[in-house]
Amino acid sequence: MRRIGIDVGGTNTDAVLLEDDRVVHAVKTPTTAEVTGGVTEALRLLLGRAGRGLAVDAVMIGTTHFTNAVVQRRHLSPVAAIRIGLPASASLPPFEDWPPDLARLVRGQVHMLEGGHEYDGRPIVPFDAAGMREVARKIRDSEIRSVGVASVFSPLDRSCEEEAAEILRDVCPDAAVTLSHRLGRIGLLERENVTLLNACLRDLARATTRAFVDALAASGITAPLYLTQNDGTVMLAEEALAYPVYGFASGPTNSMRGAAFLSKLSDAMVVDVGGTTSDIGSLQRGFPREANNVVEVGGVRTLFRMPDLLSLGLGGGSLVRDEPLAVGPVSVGYQLPERSLVFGGSELTATDVAVAAGLVDLGDRRRVAALSADLVRRCLARIHAMIEEGVDRMKSDAGEVPLVAVGGGCFLIPERIPGVSEIVHVAHQAVANAVGAAIAQVSGEVDRIFQGLSRDEAIGQARRQAEDQAVRAGADPGTVHVVEVEDLPIAYLPGNSLRVRVRVVGDIAAHPRR
Amino acid sequence: MATSTLSAPQIESLAIGAWILGTGGGGSPYQGLLNLRRLYREGAVVRLMDPADLADDGLVAVVSTMGAPLVMQERLADPAPMVGSVRAMEEYLGRRFQAVMAVEIGGSNALQPCLIAAVTGLPVVDADAMGRAFPEAQMTSFAIHDLPMAPLTLVDVRDNAVIVSRAASWKWMERLSRKACVEVGSVAATCKAPRTGREVKDCAILGSVTKAIRLGETVEAARRDHRDPVQAVIDAEGGRRLFGGKVRDVDRRTTEGFLRGAATLDGLDADRGRAFRLAFQNEFAVGWLDGLPVVMTPDLICVMDSVSGEAIGTETLRYGQRVTVAALPAAPILLTAKGLQHVGPRAFGYDLEFTSVFEARA
Repeated sequence: MRRIGIDVGGTNTDAVLLEDDRVVHAVKTPTTAEVTGGVTEALRLLLGRAGRGLAVDAVMIGTTHFTNAVVQRRHLSPVAAIRIGLPASASLPPFEDWPPDLARLVRGQVHMLEGGHEYDGRPIVPFDAAGMREVARKIRDSEIRSVGVASVFSPLDRSCEEEAAEILRDVCPDAAVTLSHRLGRIGLLERENVTLLNACLRDLARATTRAFVDALAASGITAPLYLTQNDGTVMLAEEALAYPVYGFASGPTNSMRGAAFLSKLSDAMVVDVGGTTSDIGSLQRGFPREANNVVEVGGVRTLFRMPDLLSLGLGGGSLVRDEPLAVGPVSVGYQLPERSLVFGGSELTATDVAVAAGLVDLGDRRRVAALSADLVRRCLARIHAMIEEGVDRMKSDAGEVPLVAVGGGCFLIPERIPGVSEIVHVAHQAVANAVGAAIAQVSGEVDRIFQGLSRDEAIGQARRQAEDQAVRAGADPGTVHVVEVEDLPIAYLPGNSLRVRVRVVGDIAAHPRR
Repeated sequence: MATSTLSAPQIESLAIGAWILGTGGGGSPYQGLLNLRRLYREGAVVRLMDPADLADDGLVAVVSTMGAPLVMQERLADPAPMVGSVRAMEEYLGRRFQAVMAVEIGGSNALQPCLIAAVTGLPVVDADAMGRAFPEAQMTSFAIHDLPMAPLTLVDVRDNAVIVSRAASWKWMERLSRKACVEVGSVAATCKAPRTGREVKDCAILGSVTKAIRLGETVEAARRDHRDPVQAVIDAEGGRRLFGGKVRDVDRRTTEGFLRGAATLDGLDADRGRAFRLAFQNEFAVGWLDGLPVVMTPDLICVMDSVSGEAIGTETLRYGQRVTVAALPAAPILLTAKGLQHVGPRAFGYDLEFTSVFEARA
């Protein structure tokens, strides 16, 4: 199995070539404004080393492009929002609580229709199919071509959303439709928010994916292209282009998965120290632990598969000030090679302090020789305390666990941390992101309420549904296994109600070579 | 009738304070707050009245939403059925209400009278019947005073209305209304037994709306000035810091329709090396420090994020959170012998003699 993993980050585009479990080549190149230039260049460099015409089984790309689009309010399309659930949930329409500047760009039309379900599967009222047809005609007669549909309790019964999609296909077949049950969990407002964010990125996702495909073709690669997702798994590009929100947090996820792979550890803490921030997460069975709570993206509340991360304003480029002592959160970022002392600049950064302390050999060491030993000591103590507290905060059990150090600034991580059994440094740590992309697997997930079943029966049913989903998404059935089971009894509901979440993953089924 | 108008910032503070007074239960006031923001944008206002200004024979609607917090994440809070429950009661009684008040000031129910007030123009009475949140209908100051529990109206979004005209006991009222609630999808607006102005003045917990607003303002001011919001709340409300630590373990289970369970915290900083255990039934009920019970219901057991001061619910507690446990004083009525029968530790199945953390200090 030969795979290429590419990480399109804010600063650099990294690419690696993996042969089975071995990193054969790794390259780094600056990210370009239209992202594909960097990908083409990274592939050119990689194939330059490996030899053009190399047979590759799969290419995986992870990118923060779609998150950046939302955060920077760029390249977003107006959306028609359809909420199904009247007479319930009538007073809080779609786009409620969005930042006004973002709502202005995305809120094209808002429609609310009768329908939806109860927690036990009964309809709230019958679905208003005639009203839906009317809405579809209004969309057809407008400029809007992206639609987001959210129905009450659709994670339990998706039929209203599917019927709405059917009508849209019939009346305005050129509209891109996003259905909420494909994206989110229980929590109507947050799931609908994710749906509308996804809908406003559909055009951008289509264009970006096409550009990636072109970049591959131009490099002479015929292997299937996958895009990596927030949970460390992949989707075929032609399917992933319909779900850009699934890539929102794929950068940090890939870095954690890469750390797990390179260190051969499946349960560990990971600290990724970049130029501006440090991301701290917890690996469980080789995957980042997921956030269970609301995560804001560009000021919008969302609730879906995202890694549970603590981001500290501390990186290799963090500015250091004395009296009072302060490290970060302001950073020189990608300008580190010009602005820091050791590289001939005039700003004191965390990297300069590390060089002065002899932790790393970068630039011209003599340029920091005059720094007071006391300042270096206090500053390092502060940096170490920040990382120690962050690690302790993210640890989920009291026992000692190993910690994998990755990222360009990983020399800032102390060699001993309370509650950590050992600090593991790995080869290729600077391209852990791209390695994480290359090793991604396919997943399936079920999150629903079961009633009148024993706990084991409920979990068993959920597992079978999740496995079917993974296989439909391209997993090799023989490799699918459970990575996460969570059950939560529900207050006030009768019949011993249990909310069960099961997630399974499997290897990508082998692709016939062309 | 003297009333004051609540400003939009006061509504924001009320939501923060009510969440803290929820003592882990009561549901997040977020959706109620969104509704009120929308109503305020459309020009509505909420008037607050001092209970002393109620006419003795004036009638007060006592309101809350009944149901499962999870269902409320899909079927969102909506003023229409809430107003419907009040109108259904007026129709049944053949009398109009002079004002509206909350059963519980803790959690999402604290905002329900404000939603009804913003739509109908009725004033909100500065009072409630718990001074916090509790899981069961008989855990109110009205029940402690043996006031009648009927009638009750229950209304859903489809214009279904149920009237429970009599009930043999509070337990029967809970049973009958719970059944109807489940039938309409496990969420419904209710208007409880109406109270006269005299009953409110004598038997309600007074000043709880202004207390919740003040709590919220304390947290907001501390955040603005980069002071410790938890300590600010403790100082302002005569509370007591019990423990600071990190959540090590959470065990939840549903029995008889309640979220029961326990959380264990490992101490940090001054509490390093010690352990705190919290038991809950929807709300936090008892706390043990190194195995010894140190705080118990009805004293308010509030768990807050150690940095932001934001309240943390029993459903959102999770591994690794940095939290501070604080106690706030309970309303005096809950501390009487009769009150403790309804809301003391034994009412929650703990064989403990009630001792207040505040008495212990004195």
